[in-house]
Amino acid sequence: MAKIQLNLISGRTIQQGVAIEGGKEKPAYREACGIIELDGEDFKKLGIYRNSNVRVTSPYGTVVVKAVDATQGPHPGLGWIPMGPWANSITNPNTYSTGMPTFKGVPVEVEPAPNEPVLLGIELVQKACRAEG
Amino acid sequence: MTKTVTDVICPFCGTLCDDIEVVLSDDGKKILEVMNACAIGNEKFHHSQAADRPKRPRMQQPDGSYKEVSYDEAIEYTAQMFVKAKKPLMYGWSSTNCEAQSVGHEIGELCGAVVDNTATVCHGPSLIAIQDVGIPSCTLGEIKNRADRIIYWGCNPAHAHPRHMSRYSIFPRGFFTGKGQQSRKVIVVDPRPTDTSNMADYYYQVEQGRDYELLQAFRTALHGHWLPDMVAGIPKEKIYEGAEVMKSGRFGIIFFGMGVTQTLSKNHNIDAAIMLTKDLNEFSKFSIMPMRGHYNVTGSGEVLGWQFGFAYGVDLSRGFARYNPGETTSNDLLRRGEVDAVFVIASDPGAHFPISSVKKIAKLPSVAVDPHFTPTTEICKLHVPVAFVGIECGGNAYRMDNVPIDTRKVVDPPEGMLTDEQFLEKVLHRVKEIKGAA
Repeated sequence: MAKIQLNLISGRTIQQGVAIEGGKEKPAYREACGIIELDGEDFKKLGIYRNSNVRVTSPYGTVVVKAVDATQGPHPGLGWIPMGPWANSITNPNTYSTGMPTFKGVPVEVEPAPNEPVLLGIELVQKACRAEG
Repeated sequence: MTKTVTDVICPFCGTLCDDIEVVLSDDGKKILEVMNACAIGNEKFHHSQAADRPKRPRMQQPDGSYKEVSYDEAIEYTAQMFVKAKKPLMYGWSSTNCEAQSVGHEIGELCGAVVDNTATVCHGPSLIAIQDVGIPSCTLGEIKNRADRIIYWGCNPAHAHPRHMSRYSIFPRGFFTGKGQQSRKVIVVDPRPTDTSNMADYYYQVEQGRDYELLQAFRTALHGHWLPDMVAGIPKEKIYEGAEVMKSGRFGIIFFGMGVTQTLSKNHNIDAAIMLTKDLNEFSKFSIMPMRGHYNVTGSGEVLGWQFGFAYGVDLSRGFARYNPGETTSNDLLRRGEVDAVFVIASDPGAHFPISSVKKIAKLPSVAVDPHFTPTTEICKLHVPVAFVGIECGGNAYRMDNVPIDTRKVVDPPEGMLTDEQFLEKVLHRVKEIKGAA
């Protein structure tokens, strides 16, 4: 299956803001933040339908999210995951002596993952932490 | 009869809107309606009333499940954790009031902790830049009344600070800006066209991570010097045009956000933005302001600043305050395994730190103080739910322009629940008892 390379950024969206105040244990949080916004051009390259699951992999980790159409675009070549545990599973933790991880500008590879589920926020973090223990 | 509480302060973002009206039920115990707030503020007020919110502390069991415990047990666990730890990390502070922060810092001093706030993953690089080159800033009121050039650089207030544009920057009619939006020119710089850039007169789709080049190109263009044909994906003609727009204003403001602090170059991006502001003051009056995220992250910086001299990443483990970004900041400490206990309050590193740091928290003795269930509370050993500051108790908070505003209590917290400040005071008292200092 097709794989594409993207530059990933993350940040706030109003849906993310409403979801974190509405309860991070709820599925609404996954709907708001367990997604990757892709440009129409990138959907074509990837050869998948909108709203299907994809696996996003960076040098720092991997996560399954739902690929949706860019709500604010166009931005071909750029992927957007709202801030939250899904984005932070694959973000660049290097701070280069500033204290600030490099949350924006992470090179990622996106591939279709139609049979893999998108985990709930708390589930995702707990699973990652327990796998280490 | 229902009762309406007016002039309520919204405890969500750094805009700290002070015109919220809350309609309460006849007995004054339930929030029925919230007026004037944005979608996020509205959700925060309403969710504080949810029946399924945690009301008593919860301790993690060996199988990973949680069991309810009393506040007294929670205070004992927290105090013992602080006393036993050699170098505990106290992280968060941004969604609580200054009074609670101050009590927390006293615990930090007694126990030799590292006190760090959410600026470490937000505007920390801005604070480094301010220490490097200073900052010409102003208040949001001055912007509303005077500013006719509004620049949003690497931020998207339409989503992150939803009422910022209508209250302070683009739309309000101020004393010298009587025509509102018509009297202003708006410039937006962002690698994505956003809902904010849709409102811009001039939009620059900068190549992601090339903000530094574009900022320096604007400085060059201001003085009419030579530029290459393209800088950061922007043709030079557009840069010269933008520089003219900035120069021709009477009062301008640059707002900047995570787009510049979280990309590579970090504090150097802000250095360049501040120097652009300085240069612009040769032609007109210009100010610059960080778009602070949490409603009281500015307050945390202020309180740490007046108590210890540094705004974040304060290491008290040697008995005096040290600050060295990259060494005394949360993510570096966690990744290098340099702390042996973690106390999180009023923030959610479980969701907002890189997963490598979160895994380290999960392995350590840890306490999360938060009114919600969050990824942090579900990996920490102890979760202490508390009352919502700004809804169930008052206290001081600082707006993004460093203006202190007293938040208001609207309803009582559920029976028997403590506030951040009360919980920290009890922990402080117990720590003193154990250390024999009470």
